[in-house]
Amino acid sequence: MQDYQSQKPIVLDILDAHRTMPGNLLPILHGIQDTLGYIPPAAVEDIAKALYLSKAEVHGVISFYHYFRTTPPGKHTIRICRAESCQAMNSKALENHAKQTLGVDFHETTSDEHFSLEPVYCLGNCACSPSITIDDEVHGRVTPEKFDQLLAACKGAK
Amino acid sequence: MTRLFISRDSTALSLGAEQVAQTIQAQTKDKHIEVVRNGSRGLYWLEPLIEVETSQGRIAYGPVQPEDVASLLENGLLEGKQHPLCLGNIEELPYFKNQNRLTFARVGLTDPVNLDDYIAHDGYQGLKNALTMQPTDIVKHVTDSGLRGRGGAAFPTGIKWNTVLNAPAEQKYIVCNADEGDSGTFSDRMIMEGDPFVLIEGMTIAGLAVGATQGYIYLRIEYPHAKVALNQAIAAAYQNGYLGENIQGSGKTFHLEVRMGAGAYICGEETSLLESLEGKRGLVRFKPPLPAIVGLFGKPTVVNNVISLASVPVILDKGGEYYRDYGMGRSRGTLPLQLAGNIKHPGLFEVAFGMTLRELLYDYGGGSASGRPIRAVQVGGPLGAYLHEGQFDTPLDYEAFAAISAVLGHGGIVVHDDTVNMADMARYAMEFCVEESCGKCTPCRIGSTRGVEVIDRIVSDVQKDKNTVLLRDLCDTMVFGSLCAMGGMTPYPVLSALNHFPEDFGLQKAAKV
Ligand SMILES: Cc1cc2nc3c(=O)[nH]c(=O)nc-3n(C[C@H](O)[C@H](O)[C@H](O)COP(=O)(O)O)c2cc1C
Ligand code: SF4
Ligand code: FES
Repeated sequence: MQDYQSQKPIVLDILDAHRTMPGNLLPILHGIQDTLGYIPPAAVEDIAKALYLSKAEVHGVISFYHYFRTTPPGKHTIRICRAESCQAMNSKALENHAKQTLGVDFHETTSDEHFSLEPVYCLGNCACSPSITIDDEVHGRVTPEKFDQLLAACKGAK
Repeated sequence: MTRLFISRDSTALSLGAEQVAQTIQAQTKDKHIEVVRNGSRGLYWLEPLIEVETSQGRIAYGPVQPEDVASLLENGLLEGKQHPLCLGNIEELPYFKNQNRLTFARVGLTDPVNLDDYIAHDGYQGLKNALTMQPTDIVKHVTDSGLRGRGGAAFPTGIKWNTVLNAPAEQKYIVCNADEGDSGTFSDRMIMEGDPFVLIEGMTIAGLAVGATQGYIYLRIEYPHAKVALNQAIAAAYQNGYLGENIQGSGKTFHLEVRMGAGAYICGEETSLLESLEGKRGLVRFKPPLPAIVGLFGKPTVVNNVISLASVPVILDKGGEYYRDYGMGRSRGTLPLQLAGNIKHPGLFEVAFGMTLRELLYDYGGGSASGRPIRAVQVGGPLGAYLHEGQFDTPLDYEAFAAISAVLGHGGIVVHDDTVNMADMARYAMEFCVEESCGKCTPCRIGSTRGVEVIDRIVSDVQKDKNTVLLRDLCDTMVFGSLCAMGGMTPYPVLSALNHFPEDFGLQKAAKV
């Protein structure tokens, strides 16, 4: 894990940029995660101080939302939709295939730190289920074969 | 100059629309063409779709893959000529032609982030009218239209606005609920990606109607493309005096900002959403007070779904009666339905209330994608009931659905063929509630965990009868003891699965009620 001292200036900048914004905690957390890939636990103290909140309150918000993470993600994050429409198009098989291929379960990162696997509940791509995202890109009608191709393309493009 | 249209809609992109657009551009460098990145028409089995503007209208080709591009160009794509992928004039396809596109009038037609294009296609007509009206008259149009909230609860929009209008306060807010968490729904996304100005216009009108000068769009994090389109459109609206201070010289002010959610389904519930916007955990608030009286930062707040707000411009443009003339009973206007799951022709179908589910599933949806019989259909998202074949003749109408203990919700329709195991689906509904409960009340938080366990016991034949009684009791407790519809409606999918498909739980079919 990275040393927080090198991340701290970034966190402080983000805090500063949102100082006067009403309801700024989520935008701040997004800002940090967008930049660093996760919210370093050590940042909680700085956030709490800047917003006049307790550390417990900040931590409570971070842990409430599925999207926020407190550990560094792999190079790419793969999200597999688990919701009903994708289930109706066999997403369970895809889910199993992905876990097996990557050798990880949900909320885990491969040992080469290449891929993090996360569940997601609907990507709004239900007209072309089953759906996954790799980073910000959505992919529809993903068969296990297509999954393998996408994975290979990711690895090729590293 | 020939104009081609290839969608920037995220479902079209998920099928390769970007690669198609790039291939076209690479192979037509020497030609005088413009590629417009439009929204999607919503005929998703035909995406990626290319449309070409001709004197015969917009001729469509699809579904197109990059390797088809060369042959399309050779065969006269740019002149709208024949090709095995040619579908003819897109607007003449029955799936499109037989819709009533009021809210979605421009989606797929225009360049979503081009303000001139928006205005050239009747955009900002509603705002123009609203700027000449008293707030009460704007609210009256919305009330007269019969519009009911499209986010799920179907509460009359005009009544909500009236409450906020009459709540005295220095500051009021318009909050757009763009959390669209229901599986099987994507109409909000299609509006935000395909015609963001219509939402901006609707929110601006709402601001004028109730006296609010600040709006927020609470957008789910799973919609990055919608975020981009909204921010592009908001920037254009600011630059051209449609947002900000002194809107079109009227002296009126309305500011608008997009805020991102963070992957919590419960934040679609309006009070949880407000907590989240305030920077807190998304714990559901007790009601009353209503958000209309004590809402965001304690101020009177309109919270409306994307589709509700995006339906306002046409109402203010053409009048409340125009909108009200569509529909049946107390369900007025149109509902953008979303066909998803195991269906041959998935997509968006905006139509006046009253069509039957069967017509939609078979005449337009074309039956299941797998070719197997359709066995169960979940309407209205993860908290909606599962319907069986015997219920497919129910008209799509709020009251008709309530009469069969079902909901229309946000209009999502998820189709399952006969390979589905309904005990699995019931279990999943409970599991989803465990995952997404805000944790504030026991029946929801603990009840759903117990629910998963009880279903497991029924399915694995442990004291089957006793546990079935227990499951029903548990559902009762959740229905009556939960603070919001998360815990209160999870029993809908669970009990409908149990009642209509008892055989999947290893129970006698005779147990059916
Ligand atoms: C668990 C839960 C999730 C909800 N999710 C959404 C949602 O994603 N989008 C939405 O517009 N309404 C959602 N609602 C309904 C809202 O609470 C609220 O009724 C709606 O935003 C009001 O807007 P409308 O009147 O325009 O429909 C949800 C309600 C519950 C109980
Ligand atoms: S029913 Fe569930 S989600 Fe709703 S308030 Fe209670 S615990 Fe929270
Ligand atoms: S259910 Fe998977 S994308 Fe909607």
